[in-house]
Amino acid sequence: MRPLTEEETKSMFEKLSKYIGENIKLLVDRPDGTYCFRLHNDRVYYVSEKILKLATNIAREKLISLGTCFGKFTKTQKFRLHVTALDYLAPYAKYKVWVKPGAEQSFLYGNHVLKSGLGRITENTAQYQGVVVYSMADVPVGFGVAAKSTQECRKLDPMAIVVFHQADIGEYIRHEESLT
Amino acid sequence: MAAISVEQVLAQAEKDEAEKLRRITVQKELELQYDLGNMLAIDPNALNERDFRQQSREHLHALARDNTQLLVNQLFGLPCERVQEAVVVKLPDCTTRLPREKPVPKPRAPTRWEEFAKLKGIQKKKKTNLVWDEVHKQWRRRWGYQRAKDNTKEWLIELPVTADPAEDQFAKRIHAKKERVAKNELNRLRNIARSSKLGKVPGVGLTPTVQPTKSELGLAMQVARRSTASVGRFQDKLPREKEPRGTGKKRKFQPLIGDFSAEKSKQLEMLKLMDSKKPKLDVTRAVNRQMREEDSEAAAKRRKSQKPGRGGKQGGNRKGGKGAKGGKGGKGRGGKFSGAKRKSK
Repeated sequence: MRPLTEEETKSMFEKLSKYIGENIKLLVDRPDGTYCFRLHNDRVYYVSEKILKLATNIAREKLISLGTCFGKFTKTQKFRLHVTALDYLAPYAKYKVWVKPGAEQSFLYGNHVLKSGLGRITENTAQYQGVVVYSMADVPVGFGVAAKSTQECRKLDPMAIVVFHQADIGEYIRHEESLT
Repeated sequence: MAAISVEQVLAQAEKDEAEKLRRITVQKELELQYDLGNMLAIDPNALNERDFRQQSREHLHALARDNTQLLVNQLFGLPCERVQEAVVVKLPDCTTRLPREKPVPKPRAPTRWEEFAKLKGIQKKKKTNLVWDEVHKQWRRRWGYQRAKDNTKEWLIELPVTADPAEDQFAKRIHAKKERVAKNELNRLRNIARSSKLGKVPGVGLTPTVQPTKSELGLAMQVARRSTASVGRFQDKLPREKEPRGTGKKRKFQPLIGDFSAEKSKQLEMLKLMDSKKPKLDVTRAVNRQMREEDSEAAAKRRKSQKPGRGGKQGGNRKGGKGAKGGKGGKGRGGKFSGAKRKSK
């Protein structure tokens, strides 16, 4: 376990800012305590100072997880968000997509969101903008990347992909063994 | 008829014989100078100027032929032998000295020691090759295999007073020898480098090559970067340049539990910087906004024009403005997409 280097921090922030924009500040600078990002087994954990200090008592190879896993660094040093980060992405998300109840299950099985399943979408969503996906009951179910801008979405045919799937809460079951 | 012919034949034969002799024997006022080893003949006779003027070509041909004939006559005068159906002569040694083909090799550049010895006036002393070996009671070589007083063959070494008793003196000796050999080799290479045409060989970096490889170029760039007064500390970087690898610098991480506030402020600083680098005008967003405005205008126009005809649709559209849950009006396009507007802002 170690703090992130400058490059790592930067690449992670760049990825996060696609979803929550400048709201990362609220994650870094929290009034309710000190929280920080720590790297462990190539994964980035968002953890409070208190938990971090407790975790130092556990040997490195024995430590499976601590705090909230935000994602991991690939071998080529790119950052990938995991679904576990959803809890922190959803409250600060700048661009949202709501899926219809019928398409919800399909999304939770790891499929892209099609136009036919699109309930609502935030205005001004640009193409390839990171978006958080909600059910119609305003429950965050995952996140992805807008395949089309809001404007283009209007004229799409029903089977066209609107949001590329990146992570959904179905992974808690599907990828149970790899999520930390 | 027959008598005439006999006379004629005889005359012809005589003529032929004379012609043949004339061809073989050549009369010269001065003898030619021969160097048979090089198959060379020098004609010291003066040129017949009148003949040469009148018909230079024929005259020179004749002269060359005659002189060659003389040279060949000389060659046939040499003792010959028969080797596999061929008559061969052994040429004597050359008497004319030819200039050498290649330039004379330059003397080897003096080594650093030789230069120093010359400066100090140190001269080599010849030592005898053999020395008397007291142990073996015989003359032995001073150096090399089976030398006299061979200290590698000692079975016991007296421990020096100052030495650590645990230290292996044999290993120490071998190590010292290896060190000396290595030093000598280094000096030898240094001498070669000093004397070579390249001039000074840099300790780091590269000598110029005709077509440097990618890695060589990278290394050259690295060296050039560091070759400033500040050892490259204030050297500008290219936009996406990576740190050079293999420079022997180990990466260092911040402590796991260190200064949390400093870490936080650093990250906030970074966020500030990232924010400032974002373009103020997002072109796609601006275009989208423009498109949306145009769409809404067109929709409004359509609504106005259709107002008297279809009443039922109107209500749905108006409701849709409030959100997707707006009943059946949700199917209306405007309603579906404008619902989240308030949330996003």
